Amino acid sequence: MAFVLRRLLHGGFVLLVMSLLVFVAVYAIGNPVDLLVDPNADAADKARTMAALGLDQPLFTQYLHFLKGALTGDLGHSFIHGTPAVTLILERMPATLELAVTALLLALVVGLPLGLWAGARKGWPAKVVEGIALLGFSLPTFWVGLALILVFAVVLGWLPPGGRGPTIEILGIDLSCLSLEGWRYLLLPAATLALFKTSLLIRLTQQGTVRALAGDAVRFARSRGLSEARIVAVHVGKPLLTSLVTVVGMEFGSVIAFAVVTETIFGWPGMGKLLIESINTLDRPVIVAYLLVTTTLFVILNLLADLACAALDPRLRLGAEETGHG
Amino acid sequence: MAKWRGLALLLLVALAVLVAPWLAPQNPYDLAALDIIDARLPPFSHASNGPLTYWLGSDEQGRDLLSALLYGLRISLLVGVGGSFVAFAVGSMVGLWAGYRGGRSDALLMRLADLQLSFPALLVALVLLALLGPGLSKVVIALALSQWAWFARLARNEARSLAGRDYVTAAHLAGVGEIRILIRHIWPNALPTLLTAWPVQLAAAITLEATLSFLGLGAPVTQPSLGLLIANGFQYLLSGQYWISLFPGLALVLLLATLNAGADRLAKV
Amino acid sequence: MPMKTPRILFALLLGLALHLPVQAADLSIGLAADVSSLDPHYLNVAPNIAIASHFFDTLVTVDADSKLAPGLAESWKAINATTWEFKLRRGIKFSDGSELTTEDVVFSLNRPATLTNSPGPFTPFTKIISGKQAVDAHTLRLTTSQPYGPLPLDLSSIFIVSKKAAENASSEDFNSGKALVGSGPYTLLRFKRGESIEMARNALWWGYRDGRATQWDKVTFRLLPADGPRLAALLAGQVDAIEGAPAADLPRLKADARFHLEQRISWRTLFLQLDQYRDKSPFITDANGKALEKNPLKDARVRLALSKAIHRQALTERTLEGLGVPAANVVSPGILGHVAARKVEAYDPDGARQLLQEAGYADGFSLTLHGPNNRYINDDQILQTVAQFWSRIGVKTKVETMPLSVYFGRLRKADFSIGLLGWGSLAGDFALKNLVATPNAAEGWGAWNWGQYSNPKVDQLLHESLASVDDGKRRKLAEQTATAALGDTALIPLHHQIATWAMKKGLRATPRLDEFTFAWQFRPE
Repeated sequence: MAFVLRRLLHGGFVLLVMSLLVFVAVYAIGNPVDLLVDPNADAADKARTMAALGLDQPLFTQYLHFLKGALTGDLGHSFIHGTPAVTLILERMPATLELAVTALLLALVVGLPLGLWAGARKGWPAKVVEGIALLGFSLPTFWVGLALILVFAVVLGWLPPGGRGPTIEILGIDLSCLSLEGWRYLLLPAATLALFKTSLLIRLTQQGTVRALAGDAVRFARSRGLSEARIVAVHVGKPLLTSLVTVVGMEFGSVIAFAVVTETIFGWPGMGKLLIESINTLDRPVIVAYLLVTTTLFVILNLLADLACAALDPRLRLGAEETGHG
Repeated sequence: MAKWRGLALLLLVALAVLVAPWLAPQNPYDLAALDIIDARLPPFSHASNGPLTYWLGSDEQGRDLLSALLYGLRISLLVGVGGSFVAFAVGSMVGLWAGYRGGRSDALLMRLADLQLSFPALLVALVLLALLGPGLSKVVIALALSQWAWFARLARNEARSLAGRDYVTAAHLAGVGEIRILIRHIWPNALPTLLTAWPVQLAAAITLEATLSFLGLGAPVTQPSLGLLIANGFQYLLSGQYWISLFPGLALVLLLATLNAGADRLAKV
Repeated sequence: MPMKTPRILFALLLGLALHLPVQAADLSIGLAADVSSLDPHYLNVAPNIAIASHFFDTLVTVDADSKLAPGLAESWKAINATTWEFKLRRGIKFSDGSELTTEDVVFSLNRPATLTNSPGPFTPFTKIISGKQAVDAHTLRLTTSQPYGPLPLDLSSIFIVSKKAAENASSEDFNSGKALVGSGPYTLLRFKRGESIEMARNALWWGYRDGRATQWDKVTFRLLPADGPRLAALLAGQVDAIEGAPAADLPRLKADARFHLEQRISWRTLFLQLDQYRDKSPFITDANGKALEKNPLKDARVRLALSKAIHRQALTERTLEGLGVPAANVVSPGILGHVAARKVEAYDPDGARQLLQEAGYADGFSLTLHGPNNRYINDDQILQTVAQFWSRIGVKTKVETMPLSVYFGRLRKADFSIGLLGWGSLAGDFALKNLVATPNAAEGWGAWNWGQYSNPKVDQLLHESLASVDDGKRRKLAEQTATAALGDTALIPLHHQIATWAMKKGLRATPRLDEFTFAWQFRPE
């Protein structure tokens, strides 16, 4: 319990520091009024708009006002849309989460078996899989996206080069993964996003498997005549699971970050694309809201991953504070 | 054998990058040398005015892609090495100091590093560049700021373990000053580990620069780096003018694969 | 590799790919820009205005050729220099069945000033109106604070909303449809922000009586700002038509019998603005990077040389891939104030060098050219091509581009020496008032003349032109103004942009001068 509480406090601290950094940084960019006010507007019009948006106040006052709102879930109104920034982010979040979760699952489904296989067998399979993982590490996300578009959309013409296509609404959330037509649009961006994580998983699984198989426990189990499948499940599977949970929890953040690139390339209407659009239009409240919402997401996910690890391996509970995130 | 092959390739790239001005058929950054009439010519086309052959085609400004690729590689490497070197220098200094001193400054600095590490480097760099504005020098700053924490963490752990060694304790007892111990005993012994870790971060820095330039936040349009070349070609990809994106992309991937393979070998040694 | 497993999935997907048949009376259009709000008075940006035009009417409308046409007002006239009378059509109903009266009009003219949190309000169109008098339910008198000819044009930007529905509504109530009660040809079905806007025919629309029928029962606008996905949606048959067909793909679309293109020179003209007031301009140095004693751009010969050095034909054919025509004016052909007699400056690098030499810059000089990278067709490439041309006559040119958000702010603060701007205007004198009139913040003159070009003769002509309520007289004065300013190379016109709509075979469209995309432009072949 104390452990959970400590992590929660830590998370709250992270959020507070983030809000200050982000606010000061983002609010120093430029004046959105210059962009948006009609060229025919005069100085009085501009001053009125500045005042209405609170941009005429000192930075510190603006921050306090912002913090007060943030505590009640109000991160200000988007300059461009005139609607609450948090609403905008949350509207786009399902699309991003669908993409990210699909990518992670894809990475798990492909990366785990390959890593296990390569780890259990020495020789050429290991070499080949290692090579694939190395290539996956070396391909920048945006380049993978372009290559997939070139091959599957331009040359073969099998899949659309971007956009989200039709969605099906369930519980008020629009999802692509419920229809085949939706999958046609989801597949390329998800694969793009998944490649790097797949390589990471292959590598971790392979190394973990090799290490576990060389350990005393496995040798002992073999001498007892246990089946190979059981050995892999018990002695390789369990320690792997622990490290995988950590990795997935931590890597989810970077999946969300790289979704910014993927969504931009594929025109996927998620919150990453919204972030780039907002940077381009200087829609500060949305930029701030994006960063704070994703920070909250990261904090929660890290906490969940820590809790899951602690549940899987009680020894970790004691050391958790000291090691932090590696 | 394999080790030497990778190294040879890296040296070849480095050499090509060094002699790019003599190797390239055209100075792609000299606008007066370009001709808009020759825009988007496929590979092996001849220039409409002059003896030039566009072996890899030309881009949307009539820039020879082979030359642009060589010069772009140069920028990618320079920015990547620059950014990760600053991160390396700052990060390891901070880390070694914190790890050696321990106590409150250690806790504070590592908190800061951890805080940053809990954010993907891409997001950090993206927001930084949105603030700083585009430009290569700013990319170097953004790279350094998004990577220092990683080096700091590593250096700190090294310093922590080294600080307990006998010879450090001995030096301490002999009355050697802290700074001196740090420079004479801790730093040289931590260096191999830190250097081994560098290529991975170098590859990451090059990727990050390419990504940022691709998003339009990096290199200036008249001096395209590989990422920007790829981005420029993107809009022509759908209409089948593949070469503007493809060749710079292949060059980038080759560079990164070589670096990562090298890093792997180093880590295993 | 992740691509291996889903191969079976591919096969499945291919076999089962659904193509929903589109009914004859339904239309779906892919838009090239995001629509941020359905509140017609919230943000004065083109994508929002395009959509609002489907739900709401204006007193005066602008037709496809940008000529003023009767809207809710069937007629209007200037009673004296500062008073205008508008006669409303009778029997016009809002979509909720209530009748539209002058009360709603007065409310709508007042509403922009009450939306204080808008960063881009519509008040510039309304604030010159000092008095609003409803003579009766169908007659309205408006008084302006000074003689003002373009009032009817300004009123074509103010949508008339229902007072009853909008009185206490927030912008969000418009997005949800609650307050969205208009008299326009369509009513809202659903607004999915960032994705689509669905609308249905408004059976109560007054236009039917005039024979101005709209044949589409249901119209869906899909918001597809990225070129690739927008084109893909058309190719895949998800939308029937798109605006802003990507330049690189035009040859392919033209060759494809399944599609049809409509193109037209739009009102948007691109030109370069030059710093003409500072002695030391921030981005100009001599050929070796040393500071110059004086600003070369103050010399009309240098400005002309820079104009002569530009090969506009190559620019429009290669850089723009045909999506532009060389320009000699700041407004497009057919627009009030366009001087047809002005010739496009011929490409003449030798003449340009000669002029530079006469002006004392035989060795050339260096400058940096600034512009946006996400606003106009191929904008960042236009700048690089211009830089090529200038470098050839010895003016070493660097290019710096930035997102529009950053660019406009810095441009208006005169952070640059030369900047690219695109202007869409329905009247030449109006454009010149913003672009070349001597800046005067109090009167709103020269609001975009950051380079501070100043010519008393031009100012004088502009005053006369804008104050004239007689159209013929105004046209003549506007043309005289343009001739005076452009003859002095107050700015360097580059090209008029060409707008392109692509649609599936069987559809035809009437392209609009102002680049707007409206459902009623489209019709079956």
